[in-house]
Amino acid sequence: MRVSELELQDAAAGLLESSSSGALLRQQTDSRGTGASNDIETSPSAGLFRQVAGRFVKHRLAVIGLVVTSLLIVIGILAPLLTPHSPYAVTASFSAAPSGDHWLGTDQVGRDVLSRLIAASRVSLIVGFSTVGLYITFGTLVGLISAYVGGWLDMIVMRVTDMFMAFPFLMVILVVVSALGASLNTIIIVLALFSWPAVARLVRSSILSLKQLDYIKAGRALGYSAPRIWFRHLLPNALGPIIVNATFGIASAIMSEAGLSFLGMGVQPPAASWGNMLSDAQSLTVLTDQPWLWVPAGTMLLITVLAINFVGDGLRDALDPKR
Amino acid sequence: MTTNTVIHEDALAARSALPIARLDNVRTYYPIRKGVFSRTDGYVRAVDGVTLNIYPGETLGLVGESGCGKSSIGRTILRLEDVHEGRIWFNEEEITHYSDRRMKPLRTQMQLIFQDPYASLNPRQRIGELLAEPLRAHKLSDSRGTAMEVDHLLDLVGLPRASKERFPHEFSGGQRQRIGIARALSVQPKLIVCDEPVSALDVSIQAQILNLLQDLQKELGLTYLFIAHGLGAVKYISTRIAVMYLGQIVELGDKNSLFDSPRHPYTKLLLEANPVSHPRLRQREKVVLEGEAPNPADPPKGCRFHTRCPYAQAKCQEEEPRLDGSLHAAACHYPLW
Amino acid sequence: MLPYITRRLLISIPVLLGITVISFIIMKLAPGNPVDMLIDPNTPPELLDAKKEMLGLNSSFIVQYWHWLSGLLHGQLGYSFSSYAPVAGMIGERIGPTLLLALTALLIGLLIAIPLGIASAVRHNKAFDHTMTGLAFVGLSIPPFFLGLGLIYLFTLKVHWLPTGGMSTLGGEGGIGDTLRHLILPASVLAVGIVGKKIRYIRASMLDVLGQEYLRTARAKGVKESLVVYKHALRNALLPILTVIGTEIPVLLGGSILVEQIFQWPGIGQLTMQSILSRDYPTLMALNLAAAIVVMASNLVTDILYSFADPRIQYR
Repeated sequence: MRVSELELQDAAAGLLESSSSGALLRQQTDSRGTGASNDIETSPSAGLFRQVAGRFVKHRLAVIGLVVTSLLIVIGILAPLLTPHSPYAVTASFSAAPSGDHWLGTDQVGRDVLSRLIAASRVSLIVGFSTVGLYITFGTLVGLISAYVGGWLDMIVMRVTDMFMAFPFLMVILVVVSALGASLNTIIIVLALFSWPAVARLVRSSILSLKQLDYIKAGRALGYSAPRIWFRHLLPNALGPIIVNATFGIASAIMSEAGLSFLGMGVQPPAASWGNMLSDAQSLTVLTDQPWLWVPAGTMLLITVLAINFVGDGLRDALDPKR
Repeated sequence: MTTNTVIHEDALAARSALPIARLDNVRTYYPIRKGVFSRTDGYVRAVDGVTLNIYPGETLGLVGESGCGKSSIGRTILRLEDVHEGRIWFNEEEITHYSDRRMKPLRTQMQLIFQDPYASLNPRQRIGELLAEPLRAHKLSDSRGTAMEVDHLLDLVGLPRASKERFPHEFSGGQRQRIGIARALSVQPKLIVCDEPVSALDVSIQAQILNLLQDLQKELGLTYLFIAHGLGAVKYISTRIAVMYLGQIVELGDKNSLFDSPRHPYTKLLLEANPVSHPRLRQREKVVLEGEAPNPADPPKGCRFHTRCPYAQAKCQEEEPRLDGSLHAAACHYPLW
Repeated sequence: MLPYITRRLLISIPVLLGITVISFIIMKLAPGNPVDMLIDPNTPPELLDAKKEMLGLNSSFIVQYWHWLSGLLHGQLGYSFSSYAPVAGMIGERIGPTLLLALTALLIGLLIAIPLGIASAVRHNKAFDHTMTGLAFVGLSIPPFFLGLGLIYLFTLKVHWLPTGGMSTLGGEGGIGDTLRHLILPASVLAVGIVGKKIRYIRASMLDVLGQEYLRTARAKGVKESLVVYKHALRNALLPILTVIGTEIPVLLGGSILVEQIFQWPGIGQLTMQSILSRDYPTLMALNLAAAIVVMASNLVTDILYSFADPRIQYR
């Protein structure tokens, strides 16, 4: 937890440097000539987005990851249309091996495994994106305001993040979920509740160094309101590390949900989740004789998490060209 | 304490109008935090009792070594720093304790130009947006008027109008400084604090920017507080010069008088440290400014310069000299004349 | 350094207090209470009430918390609601197996990750490096419970080499060999996660060192490349590598919950799950507090080691 924070801070510092005053850039631009030269072309210039995209596509695994992730998102969105059977419909054949009608067989109560697998992909993506959306927004706001305002507020916020980060993650989440009752909403809220502090710290350290820069002082001298400075000047320049963190965060939220569901503290049957599908495999018969009940769910989970992590790695390299 | 200075400033005021900005015995301190509970453990006295008037239309040069508090004075006048003690007026309106909200309308009248043209422009904003934003924030014009105003600003600073489609990183240092100047001009200020605006630039570009600043001053009737650590640019552009040492002004006078015959030993040493172009003008005996400036958190007792002053005497270690009230003022017990 | 440590320790007191308060609130949010969970629903209500009174569940939240806190300050962690055994004893019983599991996993993980990370850095941007990067991501993306099931399937059910779970063979002789055979699978699952994370980290810190001027000088002098890597670079890269061990401890603690569940390893993780299911507040409070202390202590140790490894880091 600690070192990944340090690494991310490094990445943040790197991004700041490269976006504000890279030495290389300086030399390049200075050689263009002096004063009001005429060498400014009239074609519109490439924005940062295109530069980042250009570097991203060079990362082969990241591109594959992005394709797979996009495919999964499409599957998740279209899930109700794609499932050959209802994921809840019980058929007469229990634990049936794969067949023409049930490509991946049926589970112990006779539901179609493939349909449940597809339905579960939607659950995983909902958990991943909602959790991250929630805690990135909250953590970013907290980090931004804490760093900008400083003083007592900053100190209190830092102690609160200390507190949340010292909680043993999986353990406390299990306790809270068991206390509040397991449901999709609970899982999302609880995962977000214990994930925002790392983002708040990351954003805070970015903002602390950004706020020393002259263009922020210029904003103050121009009488810009605090929200204008936050959202138009500070945040856009701190976005790189936040995006990277969010991407990895989606993968880890999906993994956490699966873990909770595996332990019976997550998505509750009859709703399908890759985690609770795997949890059904904890019997030796299933493990040995009915691989269709556990191999597909585990494989989907692995592919999803892996693909998103590759995208995150690609984004990290693309947003921070020094690495 | 300020009576003498006031006489002097009154003499000047007779030559021109009322001051556009006025500092009276201003102190700007930064707390030093230490220990387990980050309690305040003393202060860096960045500005330590400065009284200064800036008159409309003049260029007041403010010179001193790095860390002497000259930038802090600039930022204090603009109320970007909180004042520990003393009072500040802008156009005869006391703004010492104005909140950010009350300062907002005044922001259109006072602006700031930065030293580092690489750090002073938001890298994510196209130039057009960067120049239009102040107009929008202060609702100075409608959208069509804004577009025209941006073109006008680019014309003013000598950049092609096509620049507005571009990002800051596509410009050279000198061009970026022009953009910074255009941004400062966008709100049509009266007073501009130029915080070492050319010291980060190549020598060849420095002159261009200084010329631009002078042209703009004539054209728009601007007042400058021009901060610099060396005397070169200041000599070129200023009408009056204030020399700072460890948070205080030690000498204040007309440019020519100060350059030709400095009164404070520190000014003399600064002048001598400046390379002289003509060999015959170079003095034989040179007194060199030795050592480092003392820590501004713990300035020396008596005259702050006595630790490095070649002319220091016993009195200098005991008694703090005040800026005397003459037209060419110096804070020294034993001025050079 | 000493003022820094003092500062950190002083700060950790309110943080820990806050953690206990929050944990307490969370547990009180739970709809069920342990008495209802444990006792036959046909028990007369008077008896239930007496039971609750005995366990202190009828007093107000603040009184209950204060009771718990003052017990803690007297070195009392209280008694389990489910087994009535002293909590400290229960944790003490379980901590050994968890430590054994975690440390073995750490050892295996580092023994694999360090050579692979170094090799990856030496063959920077070559096929081997890319493969390692890919594998590292697989390692940290594979769900431990899926991996665990897969390993049980392979090594237990297909080839019958290793036991499915537990810490010793039921009715067997026991002994070190038996424990080791039970240890291999769970430790490997935990180790895979470590390897995945650490390969990348070790590769990065090794690359950092390999790019330094003094190594270029050594190469320019004609020092053999293998000597450059193993004598000059490794020595300087190893220290930062070793310091990050501290950061793995909290991760192992969390991971042990899942792994112990799959392999029925009788450690802290299983105790946690049992306590959660039976709403055993005193045990959960103690586990939470102990885990928080471990997390904070390992963070502090990591930061201190870090400053030794990199003298440029100054702590205030």
